[in-house]
Formats: sequence, C-alpha cells, structure tokens
Amino acid sequence: MTEELLVANLSDEEIAEIESEISHLPDRESAAIDALMIVQRHRGWISDESLQAIARLLDMSAAKLDGIATFYNLIFRRPVGRNVVMICDSVSCYIMKAESLIEKVQEKLGIQMGETTEDDRFTLLPIVCLGACDRAPTMQINEELIGPIEPDQLDEIFARFT
Amino acid sequence: MSLQDKQPMVGLVDEQAGPLSISEYERHGGYTAALQALSQKTPIEVIELVKEAGLRGRGGAGFPTGLKWSFAQGEPATPGYKYMVCNGDEMEPGTFKDRYLIEFNPHLLIEGMILGSFAIQAEKAYVFLRGEYFDAYSALDEAIKEAKAKNYLGKGIFGTDVNLDLRIHSSGGRYICGEETALLNALEGKRAQPRSKPPFPPASGAWGRPTIVNNVETFCNVPGILRNGAQWYKDLGLTEDAGTKLYGISGRVNKPGLWELPMGTPIREIVDEHAGGMQNGFKLRGILPGGASTDFLVEEHFDLPMDYATIQNAGSRMGTGTMILMDDSICPVDLSRNLQHFFAQESCGFCTPCREGLPWVEQLLAKIENGEGEEGDLELLDQNALYIGAPGNTFCLHATGAIEPLQSALKYFREDFEYHIKNKTCPYKKKQVNH
Amino acid sequence: MAKLFIDGVAHEVNEGENLLHSVLSQQLDLPYFCWHPSLGSIGACRQCAVISYANEEDTRGRLMMACMTSVTDGMRISLKAPLAENFRTTVIEWLMENHPHDCPVCEEGGECHLQDMTVMTGHSFRRYQGPKRTWQNQDLGPFIGHEMNRCITCYRCVRFYDDYAGGTDLAALGSRDRMFFGRFEDGTLESEFAGNLVEVCPTGVFTDKPFAQSYTRKWDLQTAPSVCTHCSVGCNVFPAERYGEFRRITNRYHVEINGYFLCDRGRFGTHFVNHVKRIKHAGIKESDNIFEFGDPDRAIEQAASLVDDHTIGIGSPRASFENNFALRELVGKENFCIGVNDQELEILNAIIKVLQSDEIHTPTLQEVEQADAIFIVGEDISNTAARTALSVRQATRLVSLELAKNAAIPTWQDAGVRDHAQHERNPLFIATPAATRLDDIAKDTFSGSVNDILDVVYTVSDHITDETTDEQQFAHQVAQALCNAKRPLVITGSGLASVDLIHAATHLCAKLNDTGVKISLLVVPPEVNSIGVALLGGDVSLSSALTRITAGSSAIVMENDLYQRESKATLDKALESSKLVVLDHLEHSTVEHATVVFPATTIVEQSGTMVNYESRAQRSFQVFEAKSEIQPAWKWLNEIATKLAKPLGWNTYEELLDRCAESTYAELLEVAPSADYRIRGALRVPRQTHRYSGRTAMHADVNIHEPKTKVDPDTPLSYSMEGLNPGTQNGATIPYTWSPGWNSNQSVFKFQQEVGGKLVSGDPGLRLITPNGMKLPRESKNALSNDRNDNTLEVIPIHQVFGSGELSNYSWPIQARSPTPCVLFNQADAEKLRLAVGSGAKVAGLTESLEVKVDTRIPAGLIGVPANLFREMGSTLGFDQIDHDPDFVAKSKTSENLIAKG
Ligand SMILES: Cc1cc2nc3c(=O)[nH]c(=O)nc-3n(C[C@H](O)[C@H](O)[C@H](O)COP(=O)(O)O)c2cc1C
Ligand code: SF4
Ligand code: FES
Repeated sequence: MTEELLVANLSDEEIAEIESEISHLPDRESAAIDALMIVQRHRGWISDESLQAIARLLDMSAAKLDGIATFYNLIFRRPVGRNVVMICDSVSCYIMKAESLIEKVQEKLGIQMGETTEDDRFTLLPIVCLGACDRAPTMQINEELIGPIEPDQLDEIFARFT
Repeated sequence: MSLQDKQPMVGLVDEQAGPLSISEYERHGGYTAALQALSQKTPIEVIELVKEAGLRGRGGAGFPTGLKWSFAQGEPATPGYKYMVCNGDEMEPGTFKDRYLIEFNPHLLIEGMILGSFAIQAEKAYVFLRGEYFDAYSALDEAIKEAKAKNYLGKGIFGTDVNLDLRIHSSGGRYICGEETALLNALEGKRAQPRSKPPFPPASGAWGRPTIVNNVETFCNVPGILRNGAQWYKDLGLTEDAGTKLYGISGRVNKPGLWELPMGTPIREIVDEHAGGMQNGFKLRGILPGGASTDFLVEEHFDLPMDYATIQNAGSRMGTGTMILMDDSICPVDLSRNLQHFFAQESCGFCTPCREGLPWVEQLLAKIENGEGEEGDLELLDQNALYIGAPGNTFCLHATGAIEPLQSALKYFREDFEYHIKNKTCPYKKKQVNH
Repeated sequence: MAKLFIDGVAHEVNEGENLLHSVLSQQLDLPYFCWHPSLGSIGACRQCAVISYANEEDTRGRLMMACMTSVTDGMRISLKAPLAENFRTTVIEWLMENHPHDCPVCEEGGECHLQDMTVMTGHSFRRYQGPKRTWQNQDLGPFIGHEMNRCITCYRCVRFYDDYAGGTDLAALGSRDRMFFGRFEDGTLESEFAGNLVEVCPTGVFTDKPFAQSYTRKWDLQTAPSVCTHCSVGCNVFPAERYGEFRRITNRYHVEINGYFLCDRGRFGTHFVNHVKRIKHAGIKESDNIFEFGDPDRAIEQAASLVDDHTIGIGSPRASFENNFALRELVGKENFCIGVNDQELEILNAIIKVLQSDEIHTPTLQEVEQADAIFIVGEDISNTAARTALSVRQATRLVSLELAKNAAIPTWQDAGVRDHAQHERNPLFIATPAATRLDDIAKDTFSGSVNDILDVVYTVSDHITDETTDEQQFAHQVAQALCNAKRPLVITGSGLASVDLIHAATHLCAKLNDTGVKISLLVVPPEVNSIGVALLGGDVSLSSALTRITAGSSAIVMENDLYQRESKATLDKALESSKLVVLDHLEHSTVEHATVVFPATTIVEQSGTMVNYESRAQRSFQVFEAKSEIQPAWKWLNEIATKLAKPLGWNTYEELLDRCAESTYAELLEVAPSADYRIRGALRVPRQTHRYSGRTAMHADVNIHEPKTKVDPDTPLSYSMEGLNPGTQNGATIPYTWSPGWNSNQSVFKFQQEVGGKLVSGDPGLRLITPNGMKLPRESKNALSNDRNDNTLEVIPIHQVFGSGELSNYSWPIQARSPTPCVLFNQADAEKLRLAVGSGAKVAGLTESLEVKVDTRIPAGLIGVPANLFREMGSTLGFDQIDHDPDFVAKSKTSENLIAKG
C-alpha cells in the first residue's frame, strides 16, 4: 500500500484530532499514545491497518509504534465488543471478594476473562486497581465506574449496556 | 478556623454537588493565592515558603517539595523551556485519593500547579492522568476551560507577564507510568520504561528539559500554604510532619472512605472513628499503610500516628496514606499472591530481577496457596525477596515496592505460610465459605 | 587516572569511566549482558553487580551495577564478595527460567555469551518449576534467523539496530515477562547492518541464517585474519572454513576501521567462494566456448605459447597487491594495465594526489566518528562503502555527548544521553542526485545532477553569502557548518564516475584549509584494492589495451571481468578474436573469450595484501587450501613464466612478497610478520581452536589414513590447533578470539589494551602513502553547462549495497536480498513517460527491462540506472529511448516495511 492509501485509512476527524495534539508537542512522534487513544476512541481497537496509518501520519515506523501500542494496557490490539467490562482484581477488591464477582460475571456473560461474547456485546477484561477501593468490589463498563457491586445487581447493570 | 482552613483540600467539597465550580471556588478565596504570588512574590519566595512550611511529596516517597523545586530553579534558558508535571497516574492498589481531589476540587489542583509552575518558571505544565479516570478528566478539562476563560491559564495570566499552558495527558495505562521517569517517557509518547538517575528530572526531564514531577495531593497543599503561611501549615500537623493528609481506608470496615485529617492522626482513630471500625465478625490483622507497595503493619503498630517518620520507624512507609486493611478472613498467602500478581503483571520488563523474579515469586505463592508447597519453597521466597527487593538491585523502585509487602508478610505471617506447606492446604478456604 | 581497589588490589584506571569497562580493561572477569563497548550502559540486565565499599573501614558495602557506576579515585570494590557472587548467580537463574535447554541444536552453542556467563556464575541447577514461555518466530529475510524463545531481554538488538544503526523496523514489543524483539510483521530486516545482530545478541535469538545451512561449531571452524573484499573500506574479518568450504564471516575487531561492526555485504557476500560457477580446473578452449579441462600442464604450455614481449597484462583492483605485482613482473610495466577504465584511472590518480598531500588528512573511520560537521559530496556511501555510513551516523551524535557532559550525565550512560539530547545532531549535509539512507539524520540535503553538485561545492568554497536560490542557501549553511566545526569532514567518492567531483571536493578542502579550517577529506574509491593497484601503476590504459588487443596483441586478464568496466559492445568487439589468458575465480563474460583459463584462488584461499581508501596496506591470510587445481594467480603466472624459461623468481608467497616489497613498498614487509614469526620464539599461530574436532579423522570417510598436517610455508599460521593465540602477539596474526571462559566474540576484550581500544600489540595495517608535502591544486570551476534539454534525461549511476558488488553478486544470500534492478525517476518524468511505479521499463541499449521506481529526491531531468549497467548507456537518454514493458515481472519482493523517511 502506498503512503497516501495508508493515511487514507484514517478519517478526517481522526486526523484533525491527532494533528491538534501534535501541534502542542515538540515533534510528531510524541503524539504516539494520544494518536492511538484517539483512533481507539473512534473504532474501539487498533487494527494493523490503523496502526500503520497512524505510524505514517506520525512519520515513524510501524514497528516502533507497535512497541508503544503493545506496552500499554488500555490500547487494544485485538477487536473488542461494543461494551468493555473491566473488573478490578487488585488487592482491596480482592479482599471484598472480587474473585467470586469475577466468577459470577463470567457465568452471566458466558465468557472467560479476555473473551468477547458471540453477539459482540461485551468484552471482559481484568483491570488493576481502579482507584475506587472504598467502593470495592468495582468494575468499569466503558467510561462508567460501578461499585460496590453485589452479585445480584449484575443483571440490572448489564441491562443498561446494549 | 473555617472548615476550609482545617481541611484546605476537601473542606469545601460537597460530593453530591459534583466538582467545585470556579465561582464556588473563588467565593471561598480560591485563586487569591495565585493572584497574590504572581503579582507580589518572586519565584524564589514561593519556593522558600513551601520549604519553610515543610510540605513533603504525597506521591509516596515524601520528598520535601520546596527542595525539589529549588533544583529546577535557575534562569529559564528560553521561555517555555521547563516543564511542570502533575502525577495523576494513581494506580497503586488501595489508593483512591488523587481521583477524589481531581473529581471534586479541580481548581485547587490548577491553582497549585500555577503556583508551582511560577516557582520554577515553567510555562508549560501537564497533568498526567490515569486513562481510566473519565470523570476526573471531564472535571479537570472543564475546570481548565473555566480557568482559561478567566485568564488564569494561558498568556499573561492574572494580568502579569507570566504564561502557563496547562494540558492533560491521558495515560495508556500502566502502573509503571506513575514512576516519575517512566512517566516522562510516557509523556513523550514512548514506552514507559523508567530512566536511570542521574540525570534527575529537575536537571533533564521531559524532552530533555528541566522538569518537576509532583503528586496531585502535593499540589493541592500549595494554595493553602501561600494563603495562610508556613506556620499555619506546620501547626496543622499533630506530629513532626506538617499539614493535613488525605487518609483513606479500604477493606472490611463499616464506612470505607477518605478523610482529610491532620498529619499524624493515629491509625486506630482513623479506623475506628472515621471508618466506623471493622465490620461485624471481622478482626483486623494487618495493614498495608500506604498502598500495595508498603510493608505490613500489625497489631503492635495500630496505635501509632500516621506520619512519615513514625511509620518508617515501624518498618514500613507512609506511602500514599491510603490504608488497605487485611482482616482475619483473608489468607496472607493468597493476599500476597494477589499482590505479586499485580506487580509481576505491571513490571515494565526492563530489568531482570523484576521481569523474571516476580513471576517466579507469584508462582511459588500460588503453589503454596494451592497446597502444593514443598520444603525449600519458603527459602526460595526469602532468597528472591532478598535479591529482588534491595533498593538498587533493580533499575527502579517498582520491584522494591513489590517486595515490601511480601517480605513483611513472610515475617509477620510466617506460620500461615508454614501451615500451608506442612498441611498442603489453605486453612482460610473453608472459613471463607461462611461469609 | 584513578586508583581503583578491586578485591584489595590496586589498579590504575581512567576516572569517570564506568566500572564494568574498567574492570574488564584490567582483564578481570565480570559477567554482563546489556552493556556493549560500543553501545554503552543501560543497566537492564543487572548481571554486572559488584560490592562497593564507602571506605577502608566499610566491610559490608553496597551492591551496585558496575556498568552504571562511575569510577572515582580511591574507589574500593569487590567482585568476589559472596553477596555479589550470589546475586549474579541469581540473575542467571532468573534468566534461565525461560531460556530453552536447546544448546545442542542452537547455532550459538559454543560461542554463546549466555553459556559463558552461566558457567562463570556457577548456576547449574534448576529450581524454577514453571513452564517456559514460548513464542512464534518471524521470518526476517535471507540473512537473519530468529528464535525468540532464547531471548533474555538484554535490549542489545534494538539498541544496536535502532539507536546505533538507525534502523526502524525492529522494535521491542510487549512488556513485563512477555517481551518480544521483532518486526511489525514478518519480513526482511531492512538495515544493511542487520547482520551485526548475530554478534550483538548474547545468545541465539538472531543467528546467521546462511551459516545455519551448513553449520559448524565455532570451535570446529578454521579461521585466519582476513580483510573484507567487498569495498574499499578494508574491514577486518574472520572468514571461516570447514571441509574445504567457506562457511561464514564474522567481525575481526580493528579500532581504527570497523570496530565491532560490519555491513551485510561484507558479512554475507563471500559465499561466492562456494559458487557453482567457480572455475576449478585449468582449461583450454577447444571450440565455441567448450573448454577442455584436466591437463593443467598443457594449459600452461598453451598459455606460454601465447605470451610474448607485447602481451598485455590486465590486472585488477579486486586482486591483491602481490598478484598484480606478479602479473606486472611477467608482462613488464610497459605492457601492464591496472584493469580499470580510463575514467576510473583518472579518479584513482586524483585520490592518490589527495592522499599524498599533507594539507588535508584522510581520516580513519574512528576519526570519521569524531567529525563534528560533515558534507557528503555526490557519494551514496550507504551503498558504496556502507561501514563508513555507520560511522557518519555516530559522528552526528557527538553533540549529544557534549550536552550530556554539560548536564553531568556520563557519556557511557547511553539512554540518559539520548533522552537528554532528544533530536539534537551535528550538522550533516548531503548533496547527491537521489535519496540516501543517511537523509534521516541530515540537516539538509541537496539533489541535483553532477554539474549541479559541482556548482554547490564551488559555491561553498567561494563562501558566497548570497542566499537567493535554494542552492545558495544550502551552500551557505554548509560553509558555515564546516567553518564553525573543530573537526570538519568532506566525503566524496567515485560512485558518480566523475573526477570533477573529486577535484571540486579537493578544491573546497584546500580553500578551507587556506582560511585555517583543519578539514579532512575521505574519498571513496570503488574497490577493495583500487588504491593498491593504482599505486603499482601500469603504462597502459584500458582503452589502449583494448585497441592493442583488437590489433592482435595477446593478453593475460587476471581476476577481472572486463565487462564490469566497459560496455558490452566495446568488449565484444575488442575480444572477438583475441588471444586471451584468463585467471579468475568464477565463470563470467570475459572468461567466455578466453583461450586458456586458470582457476585462481579467492581472498580466503590465498594470502595477500589489500590497500584500502586510506592507502592502508593490510594482510589477509589464507584461511584454507583451495580444492583441486585452484591456486593463487601468482603461482600460475610463475608457472607460465617458467615455461617460457623466464621464472619470476619466487616459489613461495614469502619470496613473492620479498620481491614485491623490494621493487615497490618496503613497508609491505611490516604490514604483518613473515612466515618465520613464532610466538614465544617457538610456536606458530593456530588457525584451529584447541578444541577443533576430527583434525586427524575428519576425512576418514574418504581415506582412513591420517593425513599429514599441511605445513604452511607462506605464513606464520598453522593448519592445525598446534601453536598459541595468546592475544599478545602481533595484531595482524590473530586468527580468532577466544579466551578461557570467553568462548563468544565478547572475548575480544582479552586482546585489547583497554576495552574498545587498540589491540595489545598494535592495530594491523600501514599506510603506504606518506604525505609528501605536495600542494593540492586550487582549480576553479570549469565553465559548466547546467542546461538540461527537455527531451533528454541525464544518466546517473545508482549503487546498491546488495546488487552492485561484483563478487558479492555471486553470493547466494546477497542475491536473495538484492532488489530487482531498477530505474529511478522523478515523479514528473515517470508521469510524462506514463510509467507506473513497479512496472517495467525498456531502456535502449539494455537487454533486460528494469523496474520503475520514483525517488523522493531525484530532480526532473535525471534518470538513475544500476551502476553496473551505467556503461551500457550514453550520458544521456532521450525520452523516446524509454518504453513501457508490458511483460515485465519484478523479482518477488522482500517485503517492504514502512519506514519513517526516505
Ligand atoms: C512503581 C512506582 C509507581 C509510582 N506511582 C505513583 C503514582 O501513581 N502517583 C504518584 O504521584 N507517584 C507515584 N510514584 C512516585 C513518583 O515516582 C514520584 O516520586 C512522585 O510522583 C513525586 O511526587 P511528590 O514529590 O509530590 O510525592 C511511583 C513510584 C514508583 C516507583
Ligand atoms: S524494577 Fe525494572 S522491570 Fe521492574 S518496573 Fe522497574 S525498571 Fe521495570
Ligand atoms: S551489564 Fe550492567 S546491568 Fe547489564
């Protein structure tokens, strides 16, 4: 693929947002994480094609950008469902029985950690301490923090995310 | 004394009402400290005042803030040459104070950062914010807009010739981003591997320029100091250490939460009075006083005041001041496994002891917990803890922090470990079923 | 200097150096992985721990990483303290958790730094019980094998490949204990320095893929000190042999030239030695291209019958000095041609003038790395002298070391230096017709024809401050940078086949020199021994040689395919009914015209001297005996002469060398010791390691009688493991590096005076030219016409590191890596011609079509063609001489990665 085609993989809106970040930085590469997060916000995840397009836009190699993308927990290099459920498995939630919550959720959604439901509705991921230990056990669905959670609330919670 | 003077950080917060607006904030004297300092004080005077007040960093290490700032003082080579960075990464398990401050009092942070930036003469500042903190992001983003509209941020702020461009960087998510040099790499858009020190950030930080990194709570202490003076601030503390502290408690207490209390408030008081004591049927067994990377405190320490020196003398660290309570239903071996799982997973992968040692430790703990422990396993744990944990053995303090709770667990709860190995079972598994 | 106490013993070391460097420089053993003498310290592996004591009273001390600690005067450390030793063993234990137990089938086995360090620390018992992590490997192309399971995450690969060599397609991926070092996707590693990964990786992750196809353990390889034959830089190498076959090349450390690194043409270009087209027997042409083989005596007789007083001898810039000398002796100087075309001869003479003048210094590569402003004139060094480009890359980092010093960051603290300096670089300016692989670090580039570049160079030398045109702005910047630098450098070369460029560069340097600027000039000649053969000299130019051949003179052509030097049409005509004796390695177009042909040894099968771009004469020692009738050209020539009853007066290489030195340069004898040199008065230098297996039995499948060990009459080296390689002997005779406990190439520090410094007994090679005070000409520019005709394209030769080397093109790994021969156009010209990128172009005068490429820099009006086809074309091509070829199929691509620039 030529450079133009690669960059054409990004929408004008994405490019504009990325360029705006770049304008505040000393060089284009410094916007790498911002750019990945921007594109992910638009598409849910970073495909190989997106990654190559971003790399070209930032004037850096795909390998180097992938090195950055694969370092961070919140950058998804595999497709995710419409809703991303992240359940905290760190110490305070653990004390408040996060493990049995995780089991319940897996049962409810019929998937294991790291998997996506067949209808693409939910992806289930573990997450480290969400900084809401006073509300343990907690989870975050998309941008919403939920906690403390009693297992019998799960149906009601999931119903809100289609 | 008004509530705000006793609790300068959260005194004005009404959680139901959401983030404190700029008008509310200003109605109670917000931004007067910045206005005054920028128009009447020199940067050096600000630094001296912060030094005199005895403010210590709230990010975990407790480094004197004024002193740190003075390292980056000097003449700025060119405008915009230095950077002021707020560490809002907050991923230390058990810690939830910075989120609270940003979500509910974002202007306090902004004012603190204006003062800090002025003190070191930085014209560009960043808040490095945890990527999962969406509500905090909105609150802060809104507050920055409000402050810009009033010309408290931007060019010629407060009608002076001072400039400050404040931006938020949302993290891609890694615990190591909280380590200040790793944070700088992340800010530069790179892999967040820690940098070696020297050079320290005040000499060469973000994009190779002098940079100061401070914790959210640290900045939030600064406006009060400027407004009320160093003596007021010192007097707030009950012990040697000055000011107030956001103390937090999570675990099996009746009212888990966060309180701004005088520095040096005794642990027992925080647990029993503020957190409402242990839930019925649970007994407090151990405390990680300042997040997951601090050593356990046990019964004998529960009456100690929470301040830097006292907790250090007790063999632990004040850390973030947000305590994790381990009750008697929790298996110390399994809890250690949970902690080490976190640290192994969040290792950046740069240096050998942390990258390869922590997963081994996690594996040993899982093995013991699952009743498959063997003779010699404890010695292996001891040895790993010894060689991974000593500061300097690893490249950064991530691994050192990882070993602190393990080492102290091996010390205080050793019979638990031995029991598992000897009886090839976890005695807590049964107990847990009851709850 | 500082006093450093190591386990109670005082040592004199350099203050401020890192402690690991100092300890190793004292020849003491201290394990390490992530540190590398050329890459500096990052402190990742934590292997080099020592105990440091605060003072004499301190008995406990503190554990610290030697590589991250500055040496201070009076410092006290211990390598042996139990805490340090136990910690180091534990580090290995951690690394071995996941390292596979595949040493028996691993290509690194026996020269593995990880093996060495494991043994050194004493870790021998597995306590970790978890499963080992596994990875899927990548196909990294024809040169490099990939086995990620063996990775110990030392980060050396990316630090060399990206940080040092400027590559962009290899990266550290993932994190925690899931670190992967590889590409974004499968595909050939792009950098022409990728081969160094084989030596940089301390274990078997990156391995020599061609070598793996006919693998032999290091200890079973026979090696000798040699010189790379693939360009004029003269990197030092260790070629290796087993069972009469060439196996691989590894780096032979030379502080002033290649240091620790080679380019991939050098590393993978020598497999031509085993090529099926090797000439193995002497032959006589019977009829139409059918040679009769099997009777060397008759061939000699036949050759002798062709030789008379008028026989022309055509030597070669890729043949050794001695072989050229031998031919010159046979035919006489008046009949000797050095084997380059007239244009090139002019260029070589111009280069020799530069080398002779003491106004301008010709730098070593070590000195290139110290140049603080560089101007490259016309030469695409990444393709013509690749190792030089790697040095230029380092030079542009000097400013970062300055900045680091000012910020109190030790210069060896690699990551700190880079983070601090960010993108700051020393000025590098490049004026070439098309894009180069150094453009990414250039401050500015200028693109133009040879005449345009000449214009720029003269503008720089005239210091014109007028900045109205782009060209003037560029020239102004260059002039400023060169004048403000402490050690400015100009690099040019023969790549564009223009002597004017060399004159212009010389003029520029001379003028700057007049204004007190101490400038260096590096001129890249075309081939390994171009300077040598030019110094030897002959009275006959190639054009007059061909005229005389056409007129009926017989000729001896030695190690030279004339078709590489003149157009096919010219040669077909000149050689049509010639009486030609050809001595060479491989069947090529010239051989087809031979009346008699002799199989000549290659560089690895003979000893000889090569003279590099600095006029440094370096001895390359024979690695092994060639098979069948193949023997050195000088032997064949002497046999022909003997047949003519005019023996040349030598029977051994030693005798040849003596004669050669006597009538040319006496220094040739000092370049390396003679055959009677003995270590400790009695011992030869062994070509085989002391663990070499099967020396007496390896041919038992052919003949069970133990063969007698070959005695080498020509050199101080032995064809056996007998002898001594202590590292203290003359630097030119080190056949391999090995030291007890150090089986890998890391052992080289045991052969150095100091880590990264000179060899213990001196760096091999001597410059043949001593500047003789000659003044350089200050010639002003000839009136040039820069006018371009709208209907024609000016033809520019384009060099490829893989694809433009005569011998390396016969090396199968290089063939696999070479791009399809292509033409470069400016976008507008390609559009005008309606040629799409990737399609085929028929070019008048060429039999094969070329792939169309658009270059980002080449200006309209120029067309780049493969350098080896350059001579098939006139200096210009009409647009009507280029056509679309609908049937064109490009060679299957080695996958193209997305790189940042250029
Ligand atoms: C592994 C690791 C994680 C850290 N995470 C945080 C963090 O999330 N937030 C923070 O403020 N400091 C964190 N720190 C401490 C910072 O490196 C730094 O000391 C602090 O931001 C300085 O601010 P202060 O002087 O205001 O305390 C961390 C340190 C380490 C070693
Ligand atoms: S201790 Fe080493 S591997 Fe662990 S986080 Fe720090 S630098 Fe990374
Ligand atoms: S060599 Fe010193 S830490 Fe790797």
